[in-house]
Amino acid sequence: MNVEYHAERKIEIDGWPVNLASYRIGEMFYCRADNVSPGAGIAHTQGATREEAEQKAIARAKELLGRTRRREI
Amino acid sequence: MADYAHPEMLVSTEWVAQHAKDPSVRVVEVDVDTNSYQEGHVPGAIAWAWTTQLCDTTRRDILSKSQFEKLMSNSGISNDTTVVLYGDNNNWFAAWALWQMNMYGHKNVKLMNGGRKKWLAEGREVSTDVPKPAAATYHASGPDNSLRSFLDQVQAALQGSSHAMVDVRSPQEFSGEILAPPGLPETCQRGGHIPHARNIPWGKACNEDGTFKSADQLKALYGGEGVDGSKPVITYCRIGERSSHTWFVLKYLLGYDRVSNYDGSWTEWGNLVGAPVERGAALAHPAAKA
Repeated sequence: MNVEYHAERKIEIDGWPVNLASYRIGEMFYCRADNVSPGAGIAHTQGATREEAEQKAIARAKELLGRTRRREI
Repeated sequence: MADYAHPEMLVSTEWVAQHAKDPSVRVVEVDVDTNSYQEGHVPGAIAWAWTTQLCDTTRRDILSKSQFEKLMSNSGISNDTTVVLYGDNNNWFAAWALWQMNMYGHKNVKLMNGGRKKWLAEGREVSTDVPKPAAATYHASGPDNSLRSFLDQVQAALQGSSHAMVDVRSPQEFSGEILAPPGLPETCQRGGHIPHARNIPWGKACNEDGTFKSADQLKALYGGEGVDGSKPVITYCRIGERSSHTWFVLKYLLGYDRVSNYDGSWTEWGNLVGAPVERGAALAHPAAKA
């Protein structure tokens, strides 16, 4: 089987830029969210549709990014 | 890829599509997210988990020589196998694996340029079959510790200006604004960077599709920060994987012969009692173009 419908888009969550990459493999859609800087994956989800996979990834990313503390320097 | 100092260290996704099942080739996926492999991978590829198979799970260290030999043997890799590594996050942990394979003397190991990201974006074939290679005989050499910097070597380098130090983390990690990449657990007590380090985030070496930038672009990037190969270079990040990516760029794409990876990185330095720490954003290097 081949990877299908690969797409990427950038959004912002709690002030952090996030890259969403989603695609279909077989019957499932997958979504990976990474913090654009430095580019580390923070959520990796799946769903029956792209929308479902993305919404799960966004929810998880929001939860994790909400814990990130910014310090004064 | 022809302008790189060692173009033989890279293969394209197309090359992998053509050769992944050659008997003399073993393709290995090494991801940050160890679940990625299960959803679909390069047909014929096996997987290594960085959390359990590419480190000593008791003490914080890379694999011992005997552990490395066992991993190679169980992966069906002999000393003359061509190993092609790829993974997510533009090959972060694939580069970490390549760095260890270099330390233990494997002669023929390469990265797939663009990693998993490019393979997926190109809509290539993937498989969920997990190959079970027959065990092979493997004899490691080394370890070649010239490719690795330990804490005492970094501390010694700090005393003079004998080395170039490259912090490959994000600007916010470098400045001390955050202690870990956004969304990931904090693993240190203090934020900031090793004094005099230059901040050249690893991702600046990559194009949008995950492949490496051209040799000229890389020379300009690192040379603009005074990292031109005239001095030994020490790379570091948080736990040593992003810095192995930059180590690969400097050693094999630009051909600097004295590059070592400080895998203790900020998780060690930022927890060290009494260690000197600088905070704040990177200042422009005198070599940088106005």
